Amino acid sequence: MSCCGPGPDFEEIDAVSRLVAGRLAAFLRTLRDNGFLVGLAEDRDAAALMAAGYAARPSLLRSAFKHLVSARKPDWDKFDGLFDAFWLGKRVRSRSMIAGSATSANNPSLKSLQEASERGEGDRSVTDQVPSADDAPPARGGEGRMEGASRAENLAEVDFRKLADPDQVAQAHEAAARLAKVMRTRLTRRDLARRRGHRLDLRRTIHKNISHGGVPIVLAKRQRKDKPLRLVVLLDASGSMSMYTSVFLRFIHGVLDEFREAEAFLFHTRLAHVSGAMKERDAARALDRLSILAQGAGGGTRIGESLQTFNRHHAARVIHSRSCVMIVSDGYETGDAALLGREMAALAKRCRRIVWLNPMMGWQGYAPEARGIKAALPHVDLYAPAHTLKSLAALEPYLARL
Amino acid sequence: MKNRDEIAQGLADCGYIADTELATAIALMQLLKRPLLLEGEAGVGKTEVAKALACVHGTELIRLQCYEGLDQSSALYEWNYQRQLLAIQAHRGDGASAIEDQIFSEKYLLERPLLAAIRRERPPVLLIDEIDRADDEFEAFLLELLSDFQVSIPELGTIRATTIPHVVLTSNNTRELSDALRRRCLYHYVGYPDVEREARIILARIDGTSASLSLQIARMVEGIRKEELRKVPGVAETLDWAAALVGLDVRDLHDAPEAVHETLMCLLKTQEDRVRLTREVAARILGKVA
Repeated sequence: MSCCGPGPDFEEIDAVSRLVAGRLAAFLRTLRDNGFLVGLAEDRDAAALMAAGYAARPSLLRSAFKHLVSARKPDWDKFDGLFDAFWLGKRVRSRSMIAGSATSANNPSLKSLQEASERGEGDRSVTDQVPSADDAPPARGGEGRMEGASRAENLAEVDFRKLADPDQVAQAHEAAARLAKVMRTRLTRRDLARRRGHRLDLRRTIHKNISHGGVPIVLAKRQRKDKPLRLVVLLDASGSMSMYTSVFLRFIHGVLDEFREAEAFLFHTRLAHVSGAMKERDAARALDRLSILAQGAGGGTRIGESLQTFNRHHAARVIHSRSCVMIVSDGYETGDAALLGREMAALAKRCRRIVWLNPMMGWQGYAPEARGIKAALPHVDLYAPAHTLKSLAALEPYLARL
Repeated sequence: MKNRDEIAQGLADCGYIADTELATAIALMQLLKRPLLLEGEAGVGKTEVAKALACVHGTELIRLQCYEGLDQSSALYEWNYQRQLLAIQAHRGDGASAIEDQIFSEKYLLERPLLAAIRRERPPVLLIDEIDRADDEFEAFLLELLSDFQVSIPELGTIRATTIPHVVLTSNNTRELSDALRRRCLYHYVGYPDVEREARIILARIDGTSASLSLQIARMVEGIRKEELRKVPGVAETLDWAAALVGLDVRDLHDAPEAVHETLMCLLKTQEDRVRLTREVAARILGKVA
């Protein structure tokens, strides 16, 4: 950048006293621990700012550092507190100072969910409608012990809520992840096959035809732009769904990888944005983080209110014209069913497809009679069962067509 | 370092009322030679910042509007195909390589905003508007350009920047931007202005408003923003509304509740919001405006 006027003067930077430099390094470390994107370039520029006379005026320095190290809105909102705590010794809410807790601290809704789960149960009336795992005979026994594919096949048809043996649960998790992987590969392949160009690429056409005196004999086609579908998953984590959530979480974690653009939300009485946790590479760690949120939060399910929150605060950001919203819920609404209908209508207007997966649908004799599901169904493009691995696998052709 | 008060004053002279933090950001842009990423709701005046900046520097504003599918040829450069074809026809018989040398020269190169921005004599302000609408690939390409300020054109070679432009990026946060891009930029979150600043903006931009009327308008808009609306009015809408009120010769909102209600369409852009903000609600908000 020698062409562009005086940049930071490194000799001046050397002049910053060692003490200040040490404090500065410690401050930048604190920021890093709080999830800020502070790299070497920021270290250098921060030092340059100190040397350029900003250090003499704390309010100016604060504002300058804030612009330098913030990268997104949560950083922007959090910065002043951290700065004051570090340099001016003011008290700051301890949560934001905890190293490594960046994600939960960044996300107030996540925090509130955590609080909800710590408080324990809400009203349990809804869960009563669903037979608990104890009612069903646990599917343990000889045949489950076989190795290889047959074991997975057996497992494929077992209703998730009947998986009681921790071994089997683990196997189901593995199978869900595998299934997600297979689906991902196939979907990618279809995507590539579909992406054949049809527009003329003039630049390359002219290049190829110079020797023909400019007569376009050999045509070059422009590759069609790859336009990924965005998948937005809203997972019901209420008590009535508790038997299903963990397998779904694992499955969704796998599937989200394929959809380069994907967002995930959990809801029961409130809505929480959990994409960050879902994108955790290590599936087991992602599950740990989420299961804590999903379990124990079992109270009523306010689907309508959660959707309202989604439509109001998240939809504009996470939904575009090629979005598919996947709602995984049994549709037991303890709130206002009419509100659910209205919010579903608003959601349907925004996105391309709404898929509603209902684990209860696979049960014999089940009819969608709950008020919630009745209000929602007119706006749903695909209403499918999702209680076994087999039923999840059956979704693939549909997802591929989106 | 140019004093941030001077910068704020300069922006004000160009019709942009900035808060001190934004003035700091602009001072830093110059000091650290980094692009400035402005994020915030639609209609808070992010694009205006770039325009005002160009005015302050007395330089050209080059704008690249991003959209889905934006590619290098629309952002950086393109060959003038028609002229190339004509030239090939005209020089038929010269031999392929001679023609090639000729048609892939500066003469046939069409500058697009990015190339134009780095080839100006005087550093322009380069506004990359709504970067969140562009695809990831374009964002990555941009990153390379913004770090090296040079472009390589396969047929022509590398073109180095004559000047480094002042780069302003805006984002409405419809897509999450990459960490790499965020890291390269200074970040400033543009929120809705507070009442006092919005009143000053109205006063600066709309002829015929009085200090008291602009304050009333700003307070009223603040009240409306607190309602549950689908589309919260931005500063641009406020200015439209102020202009409408001035046009109707309104001197005091309290004296003309009818005109206030009828002109609310300047602020509310969806049917739902129009229905929600009934005459009574508008009157209630107006009642709170001193």
